[in-house]
Amino acid sequence: MQPNDATQAQDTLDGYNFAYLDEQTKRMIRRATLKAVAIPGYQVPFAGREMPLPYGWGTGGIQVTAAVIGPDDTLKVIDQGADDTTNAVSIRRFFARTAGVATTERTTQASLIQTRHRIPEAPLTEDQILVYQVPIPEPLRWMEARESETRKMHALEEYGVMHVKLYEDIAHLGRIATSYDYPVRVNGRYVMAPSPIPKFDNPKMDMMPALQLFGAGREKRIYAVPPYTRVESLDFEDHPFEVQAWDEACALCGATDSYLDEVVIDDAGGRMFVCSDTDHCTQRTASREAAE
Amino acid sequence: MYVAVKGGERAIDNAHRLLAEERRGDRAVPALSLTQIKEQMTLAVDRVMTEGSLYDRDLAALAIKQARGDLVEAIFLLRAYRTTLPRLAVSEPVDTARMTIRRRVSATFKDLPGGQVLGPTFDYTHRLMDFKLAAEADDDAEPCERGEPRQDETVPRVADLLGEEGLIEPEVPRDGDTAEPGDITREPLEFPADRSTRLQSLARGDEGYLLGLAYSTQRGYGRNHPFAGEIRMGDVAVEIVPEELGFAVEIGDITVTECQMINQFKGSKAAPPQFTRGYGLTFGQGERKAMAMALVDRSLRAEELGEDLTAPAQDAEFVLSHCDNVEASGFVQHLKLPHYVDFQGELVTVRALRREHERKEATDAAE
Amino acid sequence: MTAIPHASDLRPGFADPVLSGQAVYRAVLKGMSYPGRLQALPATVDAPPPLSPVAAGVLLALADLDAPVWLDPAGLATDDVAGWLRFHCGCPVVEDRATAAFAVLDATSAADLEGFALGTPEYPERSATLIIQVPRLAEGEGHTLTGPGIKGSTRLRAEGLPEGFWRALADNRLLFPQGLDVILAAPEGLACLPRTTIVSE
Repeated sequence: MQPNDATQAQDTLDGYNFAYLDEQTKRMIRRATLKAVAIPGYQVPFAGREMPLPYGWGTGGIQVTAAVIGPDDTLKVIDQGADDTTNAVSIRRFFARTAGVATTERTTQASLIQTRHRIPEAPLTEDQILVYQVPIPEPLRWMEARESETRKMHALEEYGVMHVKLYEDIAHLGRIATSYDYPVRVNGRYVMAPSPIPKFDNPKMDMMPALQLFGAGREKRIYAVPPYTRVESLDFEDHPFEVQAWDEACALCGATDSYLDEVVIDDAGGRMFVCSDTDHCTQRTASREAAE
Repeated sequence: MYVAVKGGERAIDNAHRLLAEERRGDRAVPALSLTQIKEQMTLAVDRVMTEGSLYDRDLAALAIKQARGDLVEAIFLLRAYRTTLPRLAVSEPVDTARMTIRRRVSATFKDLPGGQVLGPTFDYTHRLMDFKLAAEADDDAEPCERGEPRQDETVPRVADLLGEEGLIEPEVPRDGDTAEPGDITREPLEFPADRSTRLQSLARGDEGYLLGLAYSTQRGYGRNHPFAGEIRMGDVAVEIVPEELGFAVEIGDITVTECQMINQFKGSKAAPPQFTRGYGLTFGQGERKAMAMALVDRSLRAEELGEDLTAPAQDAEFVLSHCDNVEASGFVQHLKLPHYVDFQGELVTVRALRREHERKEATDAAE
Repeated sequence: MTAIPHASDLRPGFADPVLSGQAVYRAVLKGMSYPGRLQALPATVDAPPPLSPVAAGVLLALADLDAPVWLDPAGLATDDVAGWLRFHCGCPVVEDRATAAFAVLDATSAADLEGFALGTPEYPERSATLIIQVPRLAEGEGHTLTGPGIKGSTRLRAEGLPEGFWRALADNRLLFPQGLDVILAAPEGLACLPRTTIVSE
């Protein structure tokens, strides 16, 4: 057994409201999240605010987290699966200072997880909410740049262009070349951008017991996948969706079922592979050592 | 050994300390005071207030100092502060005809009621380095004699003079205009956007971006035959109508620059030949921005006026979605955040594609 | 409806508007995420009757200047209730159903759901959320619910609702992605029926 190692916040910021945002902004975001949950995969426009962190660095996720978070929450923030990347550290600090909440690096101890580009390896539960930072919320953007057009396409459920684009890859390359932000269909209706998570993580979204919220600050959109909701990665009968796999195991914990980062270790181009999910790796290493 | 590029808290703290050190520069040199910035970097302050969307010279000066003179960073600082402020009242429209004028020029009439007032402008300076300014003190320059500002006198706008003759389109609400002006800080931008919303976006938009777009219309990418009908700069009163009083009270003066472009228009099925308008407004003295804004405003009216849409500056969705430098700067620079998870996905994909390619080539060669 | 009660006559709102607002919102979010599951309200409020403490708590957490509220003329639209909402939420209290972000109904009026905003195909979120006051909610019995947020199926008994309500809800389901979302408010807490939930006997 591991003790609860969540860190209680100290040194909170005076002069700002709880979780930074004013109450009217929070209510606006809260109303948007409720509609987002009621319309799975649909992007709800919201009047995103300037945050004290730059656009593109997680302002959407931060605003959603700020509207959702309460004093009883334990927050985990990851970027690329890691808790100790600089931007994750910076965002975690922001909430420790403005909301005074406890923070943790343990997936299982968090009630609220804000993420950029990964879904944790540990299965999430009904008592958790996953908040994604989203750069481009519109999955059709690369086929049609105009918001006025893509909005109509979603309304009419006109997703042919997306299949055409994926099929062109198969025709030219023999396989679908999209490896991250791989489009999904939510509850059989809206095509949705899962944010730039590797397609390795897509299957985790399907029927996940936890609520998944998505915030795009610069593009001013919020969307959601409710718990226990079908999330299918788009594919074709003759070319079914498949995820990345490695021949190697994690050099630190030996995992063979997690998403691996490739690290260059010498000038001669030597490589090693390690878990991208640092908590997953740490927990596995600890339990291995305990067993020895 | 495995040493990942993982910063953590110490790296961030150290970076902040280094930044503070660099900002301060050589400690043998006296620190800049906010008053100095406010008084001597006035046009920087004006730009930061305009694009930061907050009229406060002290805060703008602080932002410039904190941002080490990076104006886009200063604009970001001011915006981020602005969103935390409560909304106490909504002002009445400012009446620029009642401006206390410090500069006013018209390119369309040699003389006109109220006259031309050159005012403080770089326009006719020869751009020669003034080495006297490099000397330690330049405050021995002769103080300039200023004309008495004309108080409480209405100076009609050039466009209004044309309006009396019916030669220019009246400024009235059109299809799609809502009764209340839009506010992109409270409602996300939607397309099609009405003119008030477009003007708000342009007013907050990046000066360099608008300048480039405006220039493109002059070079034939959506030419709209502009004349600088009038540019005026000076002080206007800001009034609010408190709920409990029911009448307008003045809460202060602000300096603004206004540009009204007058554009030739051949007429359409719906409208007779007449002049049309493009409008630009900035806080402080922001003539380049106000003129660029007026050109782009007119360009974005192409659809409403039944003109062919052929150029980037006529495309409202393109222009407005990309004009905000706080958004643009953030997203361009976010590319320096780690992307190694996605890059790993790409590595796996490219390797697989290459294997496929090599196999195909080998098969082709064998045949 | 327009009279503004004297401040001293006014019942209080949340003791801690910031934290209670957050806690109540989380209960509603959980309710919308897991339809048909009863959520106890972490903070209630001594609302002017006949507005129930649970419905009042939800409004305090979510209604404001930008979210107009419509009150059921059959009982709920009293000066006390409207005045209390205006004072604590700062929300417009509207008489036109079509302009309401939130509509508060008594269970007995819930057969008629015509006229509330349903959103548009392009903007389906621009639809009303109905807060329906019911005398009792119980899990594990009553109607069977399926859909997003529900693992397999679940059951919910909501007392006091006319048969017409369930028919209207079935029609509402067919409008997807447009449609109304429902929060049932009972003394023991709330349960939600978002537009995605499929109800059968």
